[in-house]
Amino acid sequence: MSKTTNILLSGVGGQGIILASKILATGLMNSGYDVKMSEVHGMAQRGGSVTTQVRFGEKVYSPIIGKGQADILVSFEEMETAKWMEFVKPEGTVVINTFRIPSAPILIGKADYPEGVIAEVKSNVENTQLLDAATMAKELGNVKAMNVIMVGALVKGLGLTDINWEDVIKSLVKEKFIELNVKAFNLGFNAVK
Amino acid sequence: MKKLMTGNEAVARGAFEAGVTFASAYPGTPSTEILENMAQYKADVYCEWAPNEKVALETAIGASIAGARSLAAMKHVGVNVAADPLFTFGYTGVTGGMVLVSADDPGCHSSQNEQDNRYYAKFAKIACIEPSDSQESLDFMKEAYKISEDFDVAVLFRMTTRTCHSKTLVEEGERVPVAMKEYVKQPGKYVAAPATAKKLHPIVEDKLVALEKFSNETPLNRVEMNDKKIGIITSGVAYQYAKEVFGDKASYLKLGFTFPLPMDKIRAFANEVETLYVIEELEPFIEEQMKVAGIDCIGKAVIPRIGELNPDIIAKAILGEDRPVVQMSEESIVGRPPTLCAGCPHRGFFYALTKKRNVMVTGDIGCYTLGAAEPLNMIDTVIDMGASISMGHGAAQAFAKNGVEKKVVSVIGDSTFFHTGVNSLMDVVYNGSNTVNVILDNRITGMTGHQENPGSGYTLMGTRAKEINIPALCAAIGVEHIQTINPLILDDVSKALDEAFAFEGPSVIITRWPCVLKKFSPEDIKEFDLAPSVCEVIDEKCRGCRVCTKTGCPAISFNKETKLASIDKTMCVGCEVCLQSCPFDAIEKVGK
Ligand code: SF4
Ligand code: SF4
Repeated sequence: MSKTTNILLSGVGGQGIILASKILATGLMNSGYDVKMSEVHGMAQRGGSVTTQVRFGEKVYSPIIGKGQADILVSFEEMETAKWMEFVKPEGTVVINTFRIPSAPILIGKADYPEGVIAEVKSNVENTQLLDAATMAKELGNVKAMNVIMVGALVKGLGLTDINWEDVIKSLVKEKFIELNVKAFNLGFNAVK
Repeated sequence: MKKLMTGNEAVARGAFEAGVTFASAYPGTPSTEILENMAQYKADVYCEWAPNEKVALETAIGASIAGARSLAAMKHVGVNVAADPLFTFGYTGVTGGMVLVSADDPGCHSSQNEQDNRYYAKFAKIACIEPSDSQESLDFMKEAYKISEDFDVAVLFRMTTRTCHSKTLVEEGERVPVAMKEYVKQPGKYVAAPATAKKLHPIVEDKLVALEKFSNETPLNRVEMNDKKIGIITSGVAYQYAKEVFGDKASYLKLGFTFPLPMDKIRAFANEVETLYVIEELEPFIEEQMKVAGIDCIGKAVIPRIGELNPDIIAKAILGEDRPVVQMSEESIVGRPPTLCAGCPHRGFFYALTKKRNVMVTGDIGCYTLGAAEPLNMIDTVIDMGASISMGHGAAQAFAKNGVEKKVVSVIGDSTFFHTGVNSLMDVVYNGSNTVNVILDNRITGMTGHQENPGSGYTLMGTRAKEINIPALCAAIGVEHIQTINPLILDDVSKALDEAFAFEGPSVIITRWPCVLKKFSPEDIKEFDLAPSVCEVIDEKCRGCRVCTKTGCPAISFNKETKLASIDKTMCVGCEVCLQSCPFDAIEKVGK
């Protein structure tokens, strides 16, 4: 198998995961990597689960990965993490936004929001990092900036520090949101080791 | 400079560069963005949303016969709708090049089945091309138009969800304008009367022979010789998966042109390698034809024919590799089914419908299919677009004939009503059914991401369009009982249903209110009271009865500790459906 890095982003429709993946993939492309990104459409946009995959390296073939193949899982929502754990390499990394969005069965009282997801993830994958992106985004004055905070954290984790991410953000977001998103990116970037 | 493009963007770009001047489609995941992206080239390409796929294909055929390069795009099940003209177009052939893009959905990411549309190419006797990434999607489009004109044949351009929705690097080219061919009247070619069709059939068979020769020669089908122990014949995105697994450790015959198959090339390749695998997604389309030609290979004996492939499935199937997988406990995983949005106009209607007893609800394809989910549970059947009204008719007749007392309610969206529902409604009226037909008009095509339709007042290219007047249309068909209501007022919905149930004969209820996520047009703003507001639970009045949560609004939750309901202010749009549901007046509108 060729040497490629496999990233899985997961969360809930409306959390801005597609934009987050676009920022990531564009930055990687600009710095000369071969990149493939796969996104999910359709039903998932009505408040369902959403995942995207980004793969990069010298030469990438498949746009998607299979189970046990992700080097990093970046989860934008706590409970969603559990659903994608079987895609993570046991020696991989999991970054979790400790933000909760109850799903329909929980809202109507048919199920409880699962406790202990984080502990279980930690017991399976040693390298698990937690981020409270919601609080950080609120401090910036816009909860929606959570997605770019997560990108910042991910980029730091991947050690992709030699890419001009500010330029990438500028090229992808609307003028009036550039400042907010650059701030969010830096906040996430500085939040992880 | 390279760009990251989805396959759909690349298809649009490829058609643009190939000199296409006419494009039509009906939106459907995963094909929708092809025409959406086409619209950016509207200075050079006329593009439109058709009311359904049959119409999209027929208009593109018309443009082709007139002499222009044309395109029609649809999802796999859409080709079923367009199959009628397709098969005869296979006989007549083209004037200007014509490409039909079929976006298949292995894995049913957003479809009702997984059909493999390569069989349509074989069945309709037209050429089939399968790209494996975005660059090929662009390049192969240009090839497709050449082939179409050189061989006088339509080309089925088979994409799949992964080629449509993956972004890969693409180098763009320039548009090369193609002059319109002069239109010459040719009844012997284009009037498919029986006598003509009979004459055309042998010509088509000859075309296929010529195309097979081409298939053996074209670089669209290419050999990559490496180690000869393992040989792999593959097409589409499955090629990328195979390369991922075997890299340079196997030899490949990568097929970009898959109908007719290059049997000589395949035979030569088969003779070179020790073990021959065919790796293809879904059906054994290549494998079967090889076996009929007497070429032995291993295909579906090891590669699954159900669902989407990925590199690991292939590695496991052929190399026996099994990767360690992290197993989470069952308790940690709670489902997250898609739901009707907070403030969705369909919710009010469905919630009011839950109060009616002894009904069968035939449903259809669109956002409102989610009315089948908990807690509403209001839809009994979903088969294909337009089916709700005709299935309702069939069910009602069967109930009546066999002495079963049951009301039938058929629900359909505005776009779907224009798609094929209107034909079904004609059947209902003509054959005098007692069904209640509800057209859920949210003023847009919601599910696929808000495409304009004949009822929305705008075209794909953004120009103002004549709006179809649904009540007038229903009246013209002969419906005598028509009501138009606001679905957010539950009493009105309930009354309208009662009235329709009491009426002898077919009736129509139109629930008219715009989708909450829609970009409101000036006309919407004028017609509807869309000022955003928010509702709140008054804790002192809330008795924790949970009735409001039964409306299924994702903004409402029940707090198990306080035993009270609460509303998420960031999600609520103040539609007041929950407010009307509360038996204790515990929900109030508080403005915004
Ligand atoms: S997108 Fe519109 S129509 Fe679809 S569920 Fe949401 S509000 Fe309803
Ligand atoms: S008013 Fe009630 S039903 Fe409507 S969006 Fe708000 S919480 Fe949901």
